[in-house]
Amino acid sequence: MINRIDDETIKYVSILAKLELSGEERERAKKDMGRMLDYIDKLGELDTEGVEPMTHVFPVQNVFREDVVTNSDIREQLLANAPEQKDGMFVVPKTV
Amino acid sequence: MNLLEMTAVELAAAIREGKTTAIEAVRASLERIEEKEERYHCYVTIDREGALAQAEKVQRRIESGELSGALAGVPMAVKDNLCTAGMLTTCSSRILRNFVPAYSAEAVWNLQKAGAVIIGKTNMDEFAMGSTTETSAFGATKNPWNPAHVPGGSSGGSAAAVAAGECFYALGSDTGGSIRQPASYCGVVGMKPTYGTISRYGLIAYGSSLDQIGPLSQDVTDCAAILEAAASYDRKDSTSSDRQDTDFMTALADDVKGIRIGIPRDYFGEGLDQEVREAVLGAAKKLEEKGAIVEEFDLGLVDYAIPAYYTIAAAEASSNLERFDGVKYGYRTAESDGLHDLYKKTRSEGFGEEVKRRIMLGSFVLSSGYYDAYYIRALKVKALIKKAFDDAFAKYDIILGPTAPSTAPELGTSLSDPLKMYLGDIYTIAVNLAGLPGISLPCGLDSAGLPIGLQLIGDCFQEKKLIRTAYAYEKARGTFSRTALCAGGKEGK
Repeated sequence: MINRIDDETIKYVSILAKLELSGEERERAKKDMGRMLDYIDKLGELDTEGVEPMTHVFPVQNVFREDVVTNSDIREQLLANAPEQKDGMFVVPKTV
Repeated sequence: MNLLEMTAVELAAAIREGKTTAIEAVRASLERIEEKEERYHCYVTIDREGALAQAEKVQRRIESGELSGALAGVPMAVKDNLCTAGMLTTCSSRILRNFVPAYSAEAVWNLQKAGAVIIGKTNMDEFAMGSTTETSAFGATKNPWNPAHVPGGSSGGSAAAVAAGECFYALGSDTGGSIRQPASYCGVVGMKPTYGTISRYGLIAYGSSLDQIGPLSQDVTDCAAILEAAASYDRKDSTSSDRQDTDFMTALADDVKGIRIGIPRDYFGEGLDQEVREAVLGAAKKLEEKGAIVEEFDLGLVDYAIPAYYTIAAAEASSNLERFDGVKYGYRTAESDGLHDLYKKTRSEGFGEEVKRRIMLGSFVLSSGYYDAYYIRALKVKALIKKAFDDAFAKYDIILGPTAPSTAPELGTSLSDPLKMYLGDIYTIAVNLAGLPGISLPCGLDSAGLPIGLQLIGDCFQEKKLIRTAYAYEKARGTFSRTALCAGGKEGK
């Protein structure tokens, strides 16, 4: 494996990904990611000088619409999926 | 009259003519589910009562003449990453195991307007990440041709349900082959339309620039009918195409005279199973005999599609899946210390291994310092791949090759080596990167009695050419239906 992923990197990526990996998962992630990156490095063989990165296959322009409400009030249905709710709001742990 | 031997279009005609009813059709499907589901596990949710109630309503509207479409009254199944109002939608993930959407995906809604009766939601790889349906949090689906084998994935439940007769057709989604590869493994027809043809509104996103919804069906006629009903321009999906040529059933003509078919030599190299090669080249021969002009050519860049795809798909997935945080819906961890800890614990407990693997990879390739080297480079390679297809379609109407390098592998043999599993998508993935339409249809059985898939690829917005060529091949090939399943397939006892 050319790409050696160290503990520091895995820790940093876990923070970005908002994931908490167990010791075993961390070891596997290091190995898997290293192998995948070795494989992805194959892209470096191609000359991409001057090639425009393609986000969309078709030239997509901004799509605008009038700011008019077309859906009905489904607050109750939406809240019904919440793990915890109170007075028509989502409940989250105290943050401040 | 055995309803289960009918295609969706045949069944709808029989219902219109009063020979049977939508209610009878649902009963027949539910009986088959009773009989087979325990063995195959195609579904996450089966809505028995709801399906019968829908069928009664649809039947009344057919009798009153209000509904007369090609699919009216036909029972079908929906992949569990497509939102269905009031019906559980889990993405086969623990993190969404109790999620009941307040609205339906546009594609589902379009089919319901055309008289579809939803029987249930089909099993899939968790968040559509996988090629075997084994990453589902609710257990693997089995291949109806031989339950010791996988049905493919990620739309494995949809493909298996159609193959097993547990529904008449199904919707799936295809990000890197997730409709075509399971269709190939299960001996059914599966199509990924041009990006933007079917609205993605209500499809729980994996890789948004690659995801497309499409049909899994018993034959090409059904495929065209489903695509015609599901396609629409939708302002709720800003990548939706405003195309006028969605009357896809008009393309069902048994005529390929003068159609230029290119066979990429690079699709027949190392790693391709010999029996698959012979069956696919045999199919090309049949089309040639019918007047198509068949030629070999070099497509190029084939080995670069998978690394480009996994970079882009993982990047988009890491962003798309940020919304699953235990606040508004789905699973929430039992105990946590503050908001940040709630997010982390919820996600770590809620997501499965393959999903975490891709979120981690995606977060890495988007992180500062690596963004240009990985993500931007992959987008540049995507542009090169698109160009290679543009060059090919300047010469050919259709590109013909295998859907997958082999037939369905045995259960439990794929997940241990993710990289190897990813390589199985080599012929399907580039189609998503280039936004092209592709169809897989059965073209034979291998010596183990498992179906082989033929893949036809068209240029953007050329579904009609694709349907015409597929239809002509199907006519030349002859019947390959569920009857063939009973006769030729080694259905496990």
